[in-house]
Amino acid sequence: MAHVRFDNVSKSYPGGHQALSELSFEINQGEIAFLTGHSGAGKSTLLKLIMLMEKASHGQVLVDGVNLARLSNGQIPYHRRRVGVVFQNHQLLFDRSVFENVALPLRISGYTSRDLERRVRAALDKVGLLRYEKKSPIELSGGEQQRVGIARAVVNKPSLILADEPTGNLDPKLSREIMNLFEQFNDVGVSVLIASHDLNLIGRLDHRVIALKDGRLLGERAAGERTAGGSTSGVTRG
Amino acid sequence: MAKNNLYSKVTASGGARQSRITLQSRWAAYVQHHKLTAVESLLRLLKSPGGSAMTWVVLAIALALPMTLYVSLENVKQLSRAWDQSSQISVYLKANTLPRFAQALTQDIQDMPTVAQAVYISPEQALSEFSASTGLSDVVQGLENNPLPGVISVIPKLDGKGSGAVEDLELALSQLRHVESVQLDLLWVKRLFQFMELGQRLVWALAALLGLAVLLIIGNTIRLSIESRRDEILVVKLVGGTDAFVRRPFLYTGIWFGLGGGLIAYMLLSIGLYWLSGPIENLISLYGSDFVLQGLSLGDSLLLIFDGVLLGWFGAWLAVSRHLAKIKP
Repeated sequence: MAHVRFDNVSKSYPGGHQALSELSFEINQGEIAFLTGHSGAGKSTLLKLIMLMEKASHGQVLVDGVNLARLSNGQIPYHRRRVGVVFQNHQLLFDRSVFENVALPLRISGYTSRDLERRVRAALDKVGLLRYEKKSPIELSGGEQQRVGIARAVVNKPSLILADEPTGNLDPKLSREIMNLFEQFNDVGVSVLIASHDLNLIGRLDHRVIALKDGRLLGERAAGERTAGGSTSGVTRG
Repeated sequence: MAKNNLYSKVTASGGARQSRITLQSRWAAYVQHHKLTAVESLLRLLKSPGGSAMTWVVLAIALALPMTLYVSLENVKQLSRAWDQSSQISVYLKANTLPRFAQALTQDIQDMPTVAQAVYISPEQALSEFSASTGLSDVVQGLENNPLPGVISVIPKLDGKGSGAVEDLELALSQLRHVESVQLDLLWVKRLFQFMELGQRLVWALAALLGLAVLLIIGNTIRLSIESRRDEILVVKLVGGTDAFVRRPFLYTGIWFGLGGGLIAYMLLSIGLYWLSGPIENLISLYGSDFVLQGLSLGDSLLLIFDGVLLGWFGAWLAVSRHLAKIKP
Protein backbone atom coordinates (compact mmCIF):
# COMPACT_ATOMS: atom_id res chain seq x y z
CA MET A 1 0.00 0.00 0.00
CA ALA A 2 1.18 3.49 -0.71
CA HIS A 3 2.35 5.20 2.44
CA VAL A 4 1.91 8.68 1.04
CA ARG A 5 -0.24 9.36 -1.96
CA PHE A 6 -0.85 12.67 -3.74
CA ASP A 7 -3.87 12.57 -5.97
CA ASN A 8 -4.09 15.51 -8.36
CA VAL A 9 -3.15 17.94 -5.60
CA SER A 10 -3.12 21.71 -6.10
CA LYS A 11 -2.31 24.33 -3.53
CA SER A 12 -2.84 28.01 -4.07
CA TYR A 13 -2.31 30.73 -1.51
CA PRO A 14 -4.48 33.78 -1.01
CA GLY A 15 -3.19 36.36 -3.43
CA GLY A 16 -3.08 33.87 -6.28
CA HIS A 17 0.34 32.23 -5.80
CA GLN A 18 0.08 28.68 -7.12
CA ALA A 19 2.50 26.57 -5.06
CA LEU A 20 1.47 23.15 -6.37
CA SER A 21 -0.47 22.22 -9.51
CA GLU A 22 -2.21 18.91 -10.16
CA LEU A 23 0.49 16.88 -8.51
CA SER A 24 0.18 13.10 -8.33
CA PHE A 25 2.71 10.61 -6.96
CA GLU A 26 3.08 7.84 -4.42
CA ILE A 27 5.68 6.91 -1.83
CA ASN A 28 5.51 3.25 -0.90
CA GLN A 29 5.80 1.78 2.53
CA GLY A 30 9.48 1.51 3.44
CA GLU A 31 10.65 3.59 0.48
CA ILE A 32 13.26 6.35 0.60
CA ALA A 33 12.93 9.21 -1.88
CA PHE A 34 14.40 12.62 -2.58
CA LEU A 35 12.28 15.59 -3.46
CA THR A 36 14.21 18.09 -5.48
CA GLY A 37 13.79 21.32 -7.36
CA HIS A 38 14.75 24.99 -7.09
CA SER A 39 13.62 26.99 -4.12
CA GLY A 40 10.04 27.95 -4.81
CA ALA A 41 9.40 24.75 -6.75
CA GLY A 42 6.95 23.62 -4.08
CA LYS A 43 9.06 21.20 -2.00
CA SER A 44 8.26 22.81 1.34
CA THR A 45 4.60 23.19 0.49
CA LEU A 46 4.43 19.49 -0.37
CA LEU A 47 5.90 18.55 3.01
CA LYS A 48 3.57 21.00 4.76
CA LEU A 49 0.58 19.30 3.17
CA ILE A 50 1.70 15.93 4.54
CA MET A 51 2.17 17.49 8.00
CA LEU A 52 -1.18 19.28 7.74
CA MET A 53 0.51 22.61 8.29
CA GLU A 54 -1.39 23.51 5.15
CA LYS A 55 -4.43 22.00 3.50
CA ALA A 56 -4.68 21.20 -0.19
CA SER A 57 -6.86 23.52 -2.27
CA HIS A 58 -7.78 20.70 -4.65
CA GLY A 59 -7.13 16.98 -4.79
CA GLN A 60 -6.39 14.53 -2.05
CA VAL A 61 -3.41 13.78 0.16
CA LEU A 62 -3.53 10.32 1.71
CA VAL A 63 -1.22 9.04 4.43
CA ASP A 64 -1.61 5.36 5.41
CA GLY A 65 -4.77 5.38 3.33
CA VAL A 66 -6.31 8.20 5.37
CA ASN A 67 -7.53 11.24 3.48
CA LEU A 68 -6.00 14.14 5.41
CA ALA A 69 -8.83 16.48 4.44
CA ARG A 70 -11.14 14.29 6.52
CA LEU A 71 -9.17 14.79 9.75
CA SER A 72 -10.75 17.15 12.26
CA ASN A 73 -8.66 19.78 14.01
CA GLY A 74 -8.63 17.57 17.09
CA GLN A 75 -7.13 14.67 15.11
CA ILE A 76 -4.31 16.68 13.56
CA PRO A 77 -1.95 16.34 16.58
CA TYR A 78 -2.32 12.55 16.49
CA HIS A 79 -1.56 12.50 12.77
CA ARG A 80 1.58 14.56 13.36
CA ARG A 81 2.78 12.14 16.04
CA ARG A 82 2.99 9.43 13.40
CA VAL A 83 5.28 11.54 11.22
CA GLY A 84 8.79 12.57 12.20
CA VAL A 85 9.98 15.88 10.76
CA VAL A 86 13.48 17.27 10.41
CA PHE A 87 13.71 20.97 9.60
CA GLN A 88 16.45 22.86 7.87
CA ASN A 89 16.74 25.27 10.78
CA HIS A 90 16.26 22.27 13.11
CA GLN A 91 13.73 24.20 15.32
CA LEU A 92 15.40 23.29 18.58
CA LEU A 93 14.46 25.05 21.80
CA PHE A 94 17.46 26.73 23.33
CA ASP A 95 15.91 27.20 26.76
CA ARG A 96 16.24 23.49 27.58
CA SER A 97 18.77 20.71 27.36
CA VAL A 98 19.41 18.43 24.41
CA PHE A 99 17.70 15.66 26.38
CA GLU A 100 14.53 17.70 26.90
CA ASN A 101 14.44 18.71 23.24
CA VAL A 102 14.47 15.09 22.17
CA ALA A 103 12.04 14.12 24.94
CA LEU A 104 9.39 16.62 23.83
CA PRO A 105 7.46 14.34 21.41
CA LEU A 106 7.39 11.61 24.06
CA ARG A 107 6.09 13.94 26.74
CA ILE A 108 3.37 14.97 24.31
CA SER A 109 2.51 11.37 23.49
CA GLY A 110 2.23 10.49 27.17
CA TYR A 111 5.29 8.47 28.15
CA THR A 112 6.29 8.04 31.75
CA SER A 113 9.78 9.11 32.83
CA ARG A 114 11.31 5.66 32.81
CA ASP A 115 10.17 4.74 29.31
CA LEU A 116 10.95 8.22 28.14
CA GLU A 117 14.53 8.23 29.38
CA ARG A 118 15.23 4.91 27.77
CA ARG A 119 13.89 6.05 24.43
CA VAL A 120 15.57 9.45 24.46
CA ARG A 121 18.94 7.87 25.26
CA ALA A 122 18.44 5.34 22.48
CA ALA A 123 17.65 8.12 19.99
CA LEU A 124 20.62 10.24 21.11
CA ASP A 125 22.84 7.18 20.98
CA LYS A 126 21.63 6.52 17.45
CA VAL A 127 22.77 9.96 16.27
CA GLY A 128 25.96 9.71 18.34
CA LEU A 129 25.21 12.53 20.77
CA LEU A 130 24.52 10.67 23.99
CA ARG A 131 27.40 12.48 25.74
CA TYR A 132 25.75 15.86 25.07
CA GLU A 133 22.36 15.12 26.62
CA LYS A 134 22.79 17.67 29.43
CA LYS A 135 24.12 20.45 27.19
CA SER A 136 22.09 23.25 25.70
CA PRO A 137 21.66 22.91 21.92
CA ILE A 138 23.24 26.36 21.54
CA GLU A 139 26.60 24.90 22.63
CA LEU A 140 26.59 22.43 19.74
CA SER A 141 27.84 22.82 16.17
CA GLY A 142 25.42 23.10 13.25
CA GLY A 143 25.82 19.44 12.30
CA GLU A 144 25.28 18.34 15.89
CA GLN A 145 22.19 20.50 16.20
CA GLN A 146 20.80 18.91 13.06
CA ARG A 147 21.41 15.48 14.53
CA VAL A 148 19.55 16.48 17.71
CA GLY A 149 16.69 17.47 15.41
CA ILE A 150 16.84 14.04 13.80
CA ALA A 151 16.86 12.33 17.20
CA ARG A 152 13.73 14.28 18.08
CA ALA A 153 12.09 13.29 14.80
CA VAL A 154 12.69 9.57 15.32
CA VAL A 155 12.32 9.25 19.09
CA ASN A 156 8.62 8.46 18.77
CA LYS A 157 9.40 5.73 16.21
CA PRO A 158 7.36 7.24 13.40
CA SER A 159 6.76 5.10 10.33
CA LEU A 160 7.32 8.12 8.09
CA ILE A 161 10.14 10.66 8.27
CA LEU A 162 10.06 13.95 6.37
CA ALA A 163 13.14 16.14 6.11
CA ASP A 164 13.19 19.66 4.71
CA GLU A 165 16.70 20.54 3.50
CA PRO A 166 18.32 18.61 6.36
CA THR A 167 21.80 19.27 4.99
CA GLY A 168 21.17 22.86 3.93
CA ASN A 169 23.95 24.45 5.96
CA LEU A 170 26.33 21.54 6.29
CA ASP A 171 29.57 20.66 4.55
CA PRO A 172 29.65 17.56 2.26
CA LYS A 173 31.12 15.24 4.90
CA LEU A 174 28.51 16.12 7.51
CA SER A 175 25.80 15.96 4.85
CA ARG A 176 26.88 12.44 3.96
CA GLU A 177 26.67 11.44 7.64
CA ILE A 178 23.19 12.85 7.96
CA MET A 179 22.04 11.01 4.83
CA ASN A 180 23.61 7.85 6.19
CA LEU A 181 21.39 8.18 9.27
CA PHE A 182 18.28 8.46 7.14
CA GLU A 183 19.35 5.40 5.17
CA GLN A 184 19.73 3.47 8.42
CA PHE A 185 16.20 4.33 9.45
CA ASN A 186 15.00 3.33 6.01
CA ASP A 187 16.81 0.00 6.39
CA VAL A 188 14.47 -0.97 9.23
CA GLY A 189 11.33 -0.20 7.26
CA VAL A 190 10.71 3.48 7.80
CA SER A 191 9.53 5.50 4.81
CA VAL A 192 11.70 8.58 4.26
CA LEU A 193 11.07 11.64 2.08
CA ILE A 194 13.88 14.18 1.91
CA ALA A 195 13.50 17.56 0.26
CA SER A 196 16.88 18.80 -0.91
CA HIS A 197 18.45 20.86 -3.65
CA ASP A 198 21.87 19.37 -2.98
CA LEU A 199 22.12 17.69 -6.38
CA ASN A 200 25.68 16.49 -5.81
CA LEU A 201 24.60 14.53 -2.81
CA ILE A 202 21.45 13.20 -4.44
CA GLY A 203 23.41 12.21 -7.50
CA ARG A 204 25.82 10.11 -5.50
CA LEU A 205 23.04 8.21 -3.72
CA ASP A 206 21.09 5.53 -5.46
CA HIS A 207 17.56 6.44 -4.39
CA ARG A 208 14.36 7.46 -6.05
CA VAL A 209 14.19 11.16 -6.98
CA ILE A 210 11.05 13.21 -7.52
CA ALA A 211 11.75 16.53 -9.23
CA LEU A 212 9.43 19.52 -9.01
CA LYS A 213 9.36 22.70 -11.03
CA ASP A 214 6.90 25.52 -10.46
CA GLY A 215 4.67 23.23 -8.45
CA ARG A 216 4.48 20.54 -11.10
CA LEU A 217 6.07 17.13 -11.39
CA LEU A 218 9.05 17.64 -13.67
CA GLY A 219 10.34 14.11 -13.73
CA GLU A 220 11.26 11.06 -11.71
CA ARG A 221 14.23 8.82 -11.38
CA ALA A 222 13.59 5.42 -9.92
CA ALA A 223 15.97 3.88 -7.40
CA GLY A 224 18.92 2.10 -8.99
CA GLU A 225 18.91 4.22 -12.14
CA ARG A 226 21.89 6.27 -11.11
CA THR A 227 24.13 4.79 -13.78
CA ALA A 228 21.50 5.25 -16.50
CA GLY A 229 22.67 8.83 -16.80
CA GLY A 230 19.95 10.09 -19.13
CA SER A 231 17.20 10.27 -16.56
CA THR A 232 19.57 11.70 -13.97
CA SER A 233 20.34 14.58 -16.23
CA GLY A 234 16.63 14.91 -16.83
CA VAL A 235 16.22 15.41 -13.14
CA THR A 236 19.13 17.68 -12.57
CA ARG A 237 17.93 19.94 -15.31
CA GLY A 238 14.95 20.80 -13.06
CA MET B 1 27.01 3.49 18.74
CA ALA B 2 24.53 0.71 19.33
CA LYS B 3 23.35 0.22 15.82
CA ASN B 4 19.65 0.05 15.22
CA ASN B 5 18.65 -0.25 18.87
CA LEU B 6 16.21 2.61 18.42
CA TYR B 7 14.28 0.91 15.68
CA SER B 8 15.22 -2.60 16.71
CA LYS B 9 11.63 -3.52 17.45
CA VAL B 10 10.19 -1.83 14.43
CA THR B 11 9.03 -4.24 11.80
CA ALA B 12 7.67 -3.66 8.35
CA SER B 13 4.55 -2.29 9.93
CA GLY B 14 6.57 0.75 10.85
CA GLY B 15 6.04 2.53 14.13
CA ALA B 16 2.79 0.83 15.04
CA ARG B 17 4.28 0.09 18.46
CA GLN B 18 4.05 3.66 19.61
CA SER B 19 0.27 3.48 19.85
CA ARG B 20 0.50 0.58 22.28
CA ILE B 21 0.73 2.60 25.45
CA THR B 22 -1.62 1.27 28.09
CA LEU B 23 -4.31 3.53 29.46
CA GLN B 24 -2.81 3.24 32.91
CA SER B 25 0.65 4.41 31.92
CA ARG B 26 -0.91 7.13 29.81
CA TRP B 27 -2.75 8.37 32.91
CA ALA B 28 0.45 8.19 34.97
CA ALA B 29 2.26 10.19 32.31
CA TYR B 30 -0.59 12.71 32.22
CA VAL B 31 -0.39 13.28 35.96
CA GLN B 32 3.39 13.39 35.76
CA HIS B 33 3.25 16.00 33.04
CA HIS B 34 0.83 18.10 35.06
CA LYS B 35 3.23 18.08 38.00
CA LEU B 36 6.18 18.85 35.77
CA THR B 37 4.36 21.71 34.07
CA ALA B 38 3.18 23.15 37.38
CA VAL B 39 6.71 23.18 38.78
CA GLU B 40 8.22 24.53 35.53
CA SER B 41 5.66 27.35 35.36
CA LEU B 42 6.41 28.35 38.93
CA LEU B 43 10.18 28.28 38.35
CA ARG B 44 9.70 30.36 35.23
CA LEU B 45 7.85 32.99 37.29
CA LEU B 46 10.52 32.95 39.97
CA LYS B 47 13.21 33.40 37.34
CA SER B 48 12.08 37.00 36.91
CA PRO B 49 11.21 37.78 40.53
CA GLY B 50 10.85 41.55 40.05
CA GLY B 51 8.22 41.42 37.34
CA SER B 52 6.34 38.53 38.91
CA ALA B 53 6.27 40.21 42.33
CA MET B 54 4.87 43.37 40.79
CA THR B 55 2.07 41.40 39.14
CA TRP B 56 1.39 39.53 42.36
CA VAL B 57 1.07 42.75 44.38
CA VAL B 58 -1.22 44.37 41.82
CA LEU B 59 -3.43 41.26 41.87
CA ALA B 60 -3.33 41.20 45.67
CA ILE B 61 -4.56 44.79 45.88
CA ALA B 62 -7.35 44.10 43.42
CA LEU B 63 -8.40 41.03 45.43
CA ALA B 64 -7.97 42.65 48.86
CA LEU B 65 -10.13 45.73 48.19
CA PRO B 66 -13.53 44.03 47.87
CA MET B 67 -12.57 41.64 50.65
CA THR B 68 -11.82 44.61 52.93
CA LEU B 69 -15.28 46.02 52.24
CA TYR B 70 -16.78 42.61 52.84
CA VAL B 71 -15.07 42.24 56.21
CA SER B 72 -16.19 45.76 57.19
CA LEU B 73 -19.75 44.92 56.26
CA GLU B 74 -19.65 41.67 58.22
CA ASN B 75 -18.52 43.67 61.24
CA VAL B 76 -21.30 46.23 60.81
CA LYS B 77 -23.75 43.33 60.57
CA GLN B 78 -22.42 41.94 63.82
CA LEU B 79 -22.76 45.36 65.40
CA SER B 80 -26.29 45.68 64.09
CA ARG B 81 -27.18 42.33 65.59
CA ALA B 82 -26.27 43.86 68.93
CA TRP B 83 -28.62 46.70 68.08
CA ASP B 84 -31.36 44.27 67.15
CA GLN B 85 -31.12 43.04 70.71
CA SER B 86 -31.70 46.54 72.08
CA SER B 87 -34.47 47.43 69.67
CA GLN B 88 -37.65 46.67 71.53
CA ILE B 89 -41.34 46.82 70.79
CA SER B 90 -43.65 48.20 73.44
CA VAL B 91 -47.06 46.54 73.49
CA TYR B 92 -49.53 48.75 75.37
CA LEU B 93 -52.42 46.89 76.93
CA LYS B 94 -55.94 48.19 77.24
CA ALA B 95 -56.71 49.87 80.51
CA ASN B 96 -58.20 47.61 83.16
CA THR B 97 -56.71 44.44 81.68
CA LEU B 98 -56.57 41.99 84.50
CA PRO B 99 -53.04 41.00 85.57
CA ARG B 100 -53.67 37.29 84.93
CA PHE B 101 -54.74 37.99 81.32
CA ALA B 102 -51.68 40.17 80.96
CA GLN B 103 -49.46 37.36 82.30
CA ALA B 104 -51.02 34.83 79.94
CA LEU B 105 -50.60 37.18 77.00
CA THR B 106 -46.95 37.72 77.90
CA GLN B 107 -46.43 33.97 77.85
CA ASP B 108 -48.15 33.72 74.44
CA ILE B 109 -45.91 36.41 73.01
CA GLN B 110 -42.85 34.80 74.53
CA ASP B 111 -43.74 31.61 72.66
CA MET B 112 -43.82 33.33 69.26
CA PRO B 113 -40.88 32.23 67.02
CA THR B 114 -39.72 35.76 66.17
CA VAL B 115 -39.67 36.90 69.81
CA ALA B 116 -36.52 36.67 71.87
CA GLN B 117 -37.96 37.94 75.10
CA ALA B 118 -41.25 39.33 76.44
CA VAL B 119 -41.49 41.00 79.85
CA TYR B 120 -44.72 42.23 81.48
CA ILE B 121 -44.53 45.55 83.26
CA SER B 122 -47.65 46.11 85.35
CA PRO B 123 -49.15 49.62 85.72
CA GLU B 124 -47.92 49.74 89.33
CA GLN B 125 -44.42 48.73 88.34
CA ALA B 126 -44.44 51.30 85.57
CA LEU B 127 -45.56 54.00 87.90
CA SER B 128 -42.92 53.27 90.49
CA GLU B 129 -40.21 53.08 87.83
CA PHE B 130 -41.48 56.38 86.45
CA SER B 131 -41.43 58.09 89.80
CA ALA B 132 -38.00 56.70 90.58
CA SER B 133 -36.45 57.68 87.30
CA THR B 134 -38.00 61.15 87.12
CA GLY B 135 -37.85 62.05 90.81
CA LEU B 136 -41.47 63.16 90.67
CA SER B 137 -42.59 60.83 93.47
CA ASP B 138 -44.51 63.62 95.18
CA VAL B 139 -46.54 64.35 92.11
CA VAL B 140 -47.14 60.64 91.51
CA GLN B 141 -48.28 60.12 95.03
CA GLY B 142 -50.78 62.94 94.54
CA LEU B 143 -52.48 61.11 91.68
CA GLU B 144 -55.83 59.58 92.45
CA ASN B 145 -55.49 56.62 90.18
CA ASN B 146 -52.69 55.19 88.08
CA PRO B 147 -52.81 56.70 84.56
CA LEU B 148 -50.28 54.26 83.10
CA PRO B 149 -51.35 51.18 81.15
CA GLY B 150 -49.72 47.79 81.45
CA VAL B 151 -46.93 47.23 78.96
CA ILE B 152 -45.31 44.13 77.55
CA SER B 153 -41.80 44.86 76.47
CA VAL B 154 -40.90 42.64 73.52
CA ILE B 155 -37.40 42.05 72.14
CA PRO B 156 -37.64 40.63 68.62
CA LYS B 157 -35.47 37.81 67.38
CA LEU B 158 -34.64 38.87 63.83
CA ASP B 159 -31.34 37.15 63.04
CA GLY B 160 -30.79 39.62 60.21
CA LYS B 161 -34.07 38.72 58.48
CA GLY B 162 -34.58 42.33 57.41
CA SER B 163 -37.06 45.00 58.23
CA GLY B 164 -40.04 43.06 56.86
CA ALA B 165 -39.84 40.59 59.72
CA VAL B 166 -40.10 43.40 62.27
CA GLU B 167 -43.20 44.75 60.56
CA ASP B 168 -44.79 41.30 60.46
CA LEU B 169 -44.19 40.92 64.17
CA GLU B 170 -45.63 44.35 64.84
CA LEU B 171 -48.79 43.48 62.92
CA ALA B 172 -49.18 40.16 64.72
CA LEU B 173 -48.81 41.79 68.10
CA SER B 174 -51.33 44.52 67.36
CA GLN B 175 -53.98 41.93 66.50
CA LEU B 176 -53.76 40.18 69.84
CA ARG B 177 -56.57 40.53 72.40
CA HIS B 178 -56.16 43.13 75.14
CA VAL B 179 -53.65 45.04 73.04
CA GLU B 180 -54.32 48.76 72.72
CA SER B 181 -51.39 49.74 70.58
CA VAL B 182 -47.92 48.68 69.52
CA GLN B 183 -45.02 51.07 69.26
CA LEU B 184 -41.76 50.61 67.50
CA ASP B 185 -39.13 53.00 66.25
CA LEU B 186 -38.94 51.28 62.91
CA LEU B 187 -37.36 54.04 60.92
CA TRP B 188 -33.82 53.63 62.15
CA VAL B 189 -34.02 49.88 61.78
CA LYS B 190 -35.19 50.37 58.21
CA ARG B 191 -32.41 52.83 57.53
CA LEU B 192 -29.84 50.48 58.92
CA PHE B 193 -31.05 47.63 56.76
CA GLN B 194 -31.05 49.89 53.72
CA PHE B 195 -27.50 50.93 54.41
CA MET B 196 -26.47 47.34 54.76
CA GLU B 197 -28.22 46.45 51.52
CA LEU B 198 -26.38 49.29 49.82
CA GLY B 199 -23.12 48.17 51.35
CA GLN B 200 -23.69 44.64 50.15
CA ARG B 201 -24.33 45.81 46.60
CA LEU B 202 -21.26 48.01 46.69
CA VAL B 203 -19.21 45.01 47.70
CA TRP B 204 -20.60 43.02 44.79
CA ALA B 205 -20.08 45.82 42.29
CA LEU B 206 -16.54 46.42 43.45
CA ALA B 207 -15.80 42.71 43.50
CA ALA B 208 -17.10 42.37 39.93
CA LEU B 209 -15.06 45.34 38.67
CA LEU B 210 -11.88 44.30 40.38
CA GLY B 211 -12.42 40.69 39.36
CA LEU B 212 -12.54 41.93 35.79
CA ALA B 213 -9.34 43.89 36.45
CA VAL B 214 -7.69 40.69 37.71
CA LEU B 215 -8.78 38.87 34.55
CA LEU B 216 -7.35 41.63 32.35
CA ILE B 217 -4.07 41.83 34.24
CA ILE B 218 -3.54 38.09 34.07
CA GLY B 219 -4.76 37.95 30.48
CA ASN B 220 -2.25 40.57 29.44
CA THR B 221 0.59 38.94 31.34
CA ILE B 222 -0.18 35.59 29.76
CA ARG B 223 -0.41 37.19 26.31
CA LEU B 224 3.14 38.52 26.69
CA SER B 225 4.24 35.12 27.91
CA ILE B 226 2.67 33.48 24.85
CA GLU B 227 4.45 35.93 22.55
CA SER B 228 7.80 35.22 24.18
CA ARG B 229 7.29 31.46 23.86
CA ARG B 230 6.07 31.51 20.30
CA ASP B 231 8.85 29.27 18.96
CA GLU B 232 8.19 26.70 21.61
CA ILE B 233 4.47 26.64 20.83
CA LEU B 234 5.21 26.15 17.13
CA VAL B 235 7.54 23.23 17.79
CA VAL B 236 5.12 21.61 20.23
CA LYS B 237 2.31 21.87 17.70
CA LEU B 238 4.54 20.46 14.96
CA VAL B 239 5.51 17.37 16.90
CA GLY B 240 1.88 16.62 17.68
CA GLY B 241 1.04 18.56 20.84
CA THR B 242 -2.69 18.89 21.40
CA ASP B 243 -4.20 22.26 22.23
CA ALA B 244 -4.61 21.12 25.83
CA PHE B 245 -0.89 20.33 25.98
CA VAL B 246 0.02 23.73 24.58
CA ARG B 247 -2.38 25.50 26.96
CA ARG B 248 -1.24 23.69 30.08
CA PRO B 249 1.87 25.70 31.04
CA PHE B 250 0.00 28.97 30.54
CA LEU B 251 -2.95 27.85 32.63
CA TYR B 252 -0.54 26.89 35.41
CA THR B 253 1.14 30.28 35.09
CA GLY B 254 -2.29 31.89 35.58
CA ILE B 255 -2.98 29.68 38.58
CA TRP B 256 0.34 30.60 40.17
CA PHE B 257 -0.33 34.29 39.61
CA GLY B 258 -3.79 33.94 41.15
CA LEU B 259 -2.56 31.88 44.08
CA GLY B 260 0.26 34.33 44.82
CA GLY B 261 -2.12 37.29 44.51
CA GLY B 262 -4.64 35.61 46.81
CA LEU B 263 -2.01 34.80 49.45
CA ILE B 264 -0.58 38.31 49.43
CA ALA B 265 -4.12 39.75 49.60
CA TYR B 266 -4.74 37.56 52.64
CA MET B 267 -1.57 38.82 54.27
CA LEU B 268 -2.44 42.46 53.51
CA LEU B 269 -5.89 42.03 55.04
CA SER B 270 -4.59 40.25 58.11
CA ILE B 271 -1.98 42.92 58.72
CA GLY B 272 -4.57 45.68 58.18
CA LEU B 273 -7.04 44.10 60.56
CA TYR B 274 -4.37 43.59 63.19
CA TRP B 275 -3.29 47.19 62.79
CA LEU B 276 -6.85 48.49 63.19
CA SER B 277 -8.02 46.12 65.91
CA GLY B 278 -6.40 48.04 68.81
CA PRO B 279 -7.97 51.47 68.15
CA ILE B 280 -11.35 49.96 67.22
CA GLU B 281 -11.57 47.89 70.38
CA ASN B 282 -10.61 50.91 72.48
CA LEU B 283 -13.28 52.97 70.75
CA ILE B 284 -15.94 50.31 71.18
CA SER B 285 -15.12 49.73 74.85
CA LEU B 286 -15.75 53.45 75.43
CA TYR B 287 -19.33 52.80 74.28
CA GLY B 288 -19.58 49.90 76.70
CA SER B 289 -20.29 47.40 73.93
CA ASP B 290 -19.01 43.86 73.93
CA PHE B 291 -18.37 44.09 70.17
CA VAL B 292 -15.31 42.15 69.02
CA LEU B 293 -13.66 42.99 65.69
CA GLN B 294 -14.14 40.02 63.41
CA GLY B 295 -11.11 38.99 61.41
CA LEU B 296 -11.16 36.79 58.31
CA SER B 297 -12.75 33.46 59.05
CA LEU B 298 -11.04 30.35 57.72
CA GLY B 299 -13.80 30.00 55.14
CA ASP B 300 -13.42 33.60 53.97
CA SER B 301 -9.65 33.25 53.76
CA LEU B 302 -9.91 30.10 51.70
CA LEU B 303 -12.55 31.72 49.52
CA LEU B 304 -10.26 34.69 48.91
CA ILE B 305 -7.37 32.47 47.87
CA PHE B 306 -9.61 30.18 45.85
CA ASP B 307 -11.10 33.18 44.02
CA GLY B 308 -7.58 34.29 43.19
CA VAL B 309 -6.73 30.88 41.77
CA LEU B 310 -9.99 30.67 39.84
CA LEU B 311 -9.58 34.14 38.34
CA GLY B 312 -5.96 33.38 37.50
CA TRP B 313 -6.87 30.19 35.72
CA PHE B 314 -9.80 31.78 33.89
CA GLY B 315 -7.82 34.87 32.84
CA ALA B 316 -5.09 32.62 31.46
CA TRP B 317 -7.65 30.47 29.71
CA LEU B 318 -9.22 33.51 28.01
CA ALA B 319 -5.84 34.81 26.86
CA VAL B 320 -4.67 31.42 25.64
CA SER B 321 -7.84 30.69 23.68
CA ARG B 322 -7.66 34.11 22.07
CA HIS B 323 -4.00 34.08 21.11
CA LEU B 324 -3.06 30.45 20.69
CA ALA B 325 -5.29 29.90 17.69
CA LYS B 326 -3.31 32.59 15.87
CA ILE B 327 -0.05 30.66 16.20
CA LYS B 328 -0.12 28.11 13.44
CA PRO B 329 2.88 26.14 12.27
